[in-house]
Amino acid sequence: MEKLIGDFSIGLFFMQAVILVILILLARKFAWKPILEGLSKREEGIQNAIEAAAKAEAKMKELTAQNDVMMQEARAERDAMIKDAKATANGMIEEAKSKASQEAEKVLASARETIAGEKNAAIAELKTQVAAISLEIAEKVVRGELASDEKQKALASKMAEDISLN
Amino acid sequence: MTLAQNSVRFFIGLMFTIGTTFAFANEQHGHEGQHEAHAVHAEGHEAHEEAHGEHDADHGGHGYEGMIDTQEEIQAYKEHHLQDAHDFVLFSDNEKGTHIGFPLPVILWDGETGMHFFMSSKFHHGETVAESNGAFFKLAHGKIVKTDAEGHEELGHPIDFSITKNVLGMLIAGLLMIWMFGSLAKSYKRGPVPTGIGRILEPLVLYVRDEIARPNIGEKHYKKFMSFLLTVFFFIWILNLLGLTPLAFNVTGNIAVTACLALFTFFIVQFSGNKHYWGHIFWMPGVPVPMKIVLAPIEVLGMFTKPFSLLIRLFANITAGHMVLMSLIALTIILKAQFGAVGSTAISLFLSLFISLIELLVAFLQAYIFTMLSSLFIGMAVEDHH
Repeated sequence: MEKLIGDFSIGLFFMQAVILVILILLARKFAWKPILEGLSKREEGIQNAIEAAAKAEAKMKELTAQNDVMMQEARAERDAMIKDAKATANGMIEEAKSKASQEAEKVLASARETIAGEKNAAIAELKTQVAAISLEIAEKVVRGELASDEKQKALASKMAEDISLN
Repeated sequence: MTLAQNSVRFFIGLMFTIGTTFAFANEQHGHEGQHEAHAVHAEGHEAHEEAHGEHDADHGGHGYEGMIDTQEEIQAYKEHHLQDAHDFVLFSDNEKGTHIGFPLPVILWDGETGMHFFMSSKFHHGETVAESNGAFFKLAHGKIVKTDAEGHEELGHPIDFSITKNVLGMLIAGLLMIWMFGSLAKSYKRGPVPTGIGRILEPLVLYVRDEIARPNIGEKHYKKFMSFLLTVFFFIWILNLLGLTPLAFNVTGNIAVTACLALFTFFIVQFSGNKHYWGHIFWMPGVPVPMKIVLAPIEVLGMFTKPFSLLIRLFANITAGHMVLMSLIALTIILKAQFGAVGSTAISLFLSLFISLIELLVAFLQAYIFTMLSSLFIGMAVEDHH
């Protein structure tokens, strides 16, 4: 212990104190301050960059989600449109079909009417002609019957007979 | 910051203190002559005991005369290394008495004769008396004392503000720090990511900020203390590492240096203490009044023991590390008789390489623990009441 105290040099202690104070002051001015400032500046920069990246990512996610929603909406809209179109088309086809069958019906009906009309006309004509022919025949027959007196007498008697019979 | 976390950190710190203090104590016991001494000293211990008194008597410049190959000369060399020095010697040729290195400036304040400024070469490595402005000084046990012209009589102890080897080491560490971290600071002007050496330094600065200051002091207050903590951390670490180079600085193993560092922590803690901190010391809340009275002196003592533990821990760790490393290197001489030159060198090389790796870890660990405990103490002082 005495040796330790004996080794203690006040001068060296003083020199050390002076050197340490000067060193701390110099180092603070020329080294520690700029170094620590540089470090914290860089760390802030990194922190900001990380935050910005996180923000960008969040925004990206939001955008993607928005996109998805829009896509879904568009898809749904498209589906609805296709459905509508199909329905319209079907409707039109149905309408057309029914219209066509109606038309056909109408044509048929008018055709039938015409045919019936023609037939009736033909029948009427035929009837007239048959009546005319029948009259001619009857005239001819009557003319033959009434050609001589006997025959007229015979007819008259016969008729008379018929009348009496009745 | 939770209390449990704090106490875990505190106990880690305590563990290192105790462990290394014992290691150091072993070394000290070795000096005092107890026989449980370090393995290195076991061989030829008796001889060392006997020689101990002698070498103390003529320590100044001892070990420069002749080869260092005996137990006591090794011991003297070790002690010489652990002390501060007024010149910077890289190699010594002891037979010719020449030293390769350079002298350092000596600055003295003496009450009677005022300031003295001269180069340490005037001492001729402790062999002669140096004259300055009519006063005479000599080196004794690595310290400068005022003497008469012949150097026989001690007239007093001037205050020694010399640029000693330790001061030089601190200046080198300081300049290294300003240069390295200054370049890191400049690199932030060019871009957000540093280049070159800054890529190594930046994680270290981040480590101190995020692993030491923030968790211990708290998010709200830590910024104020960053300059001190960063400076102390790198200052201690660089000096510890400088101590492992062949330049052989032993700055952080000097008690005056660690005392100064710990004192800085002490004053910072006391000056930044809020009213809860002082409340906890003088009038502990939540305990009965008699306990408050008992606890107050204990807490006041605690104010001083905390930085004192910092002082001793760093000093003991680094001193013990240097001591063990030098002892292991010395094995090459001590074990020569048993294993031959090659064998003892191989053992010494292997063991000192191993301990050097551990010392490399300790160099970081001690800087870490000093800074961490400093910030823990600061954290206790500025903590908001909850």
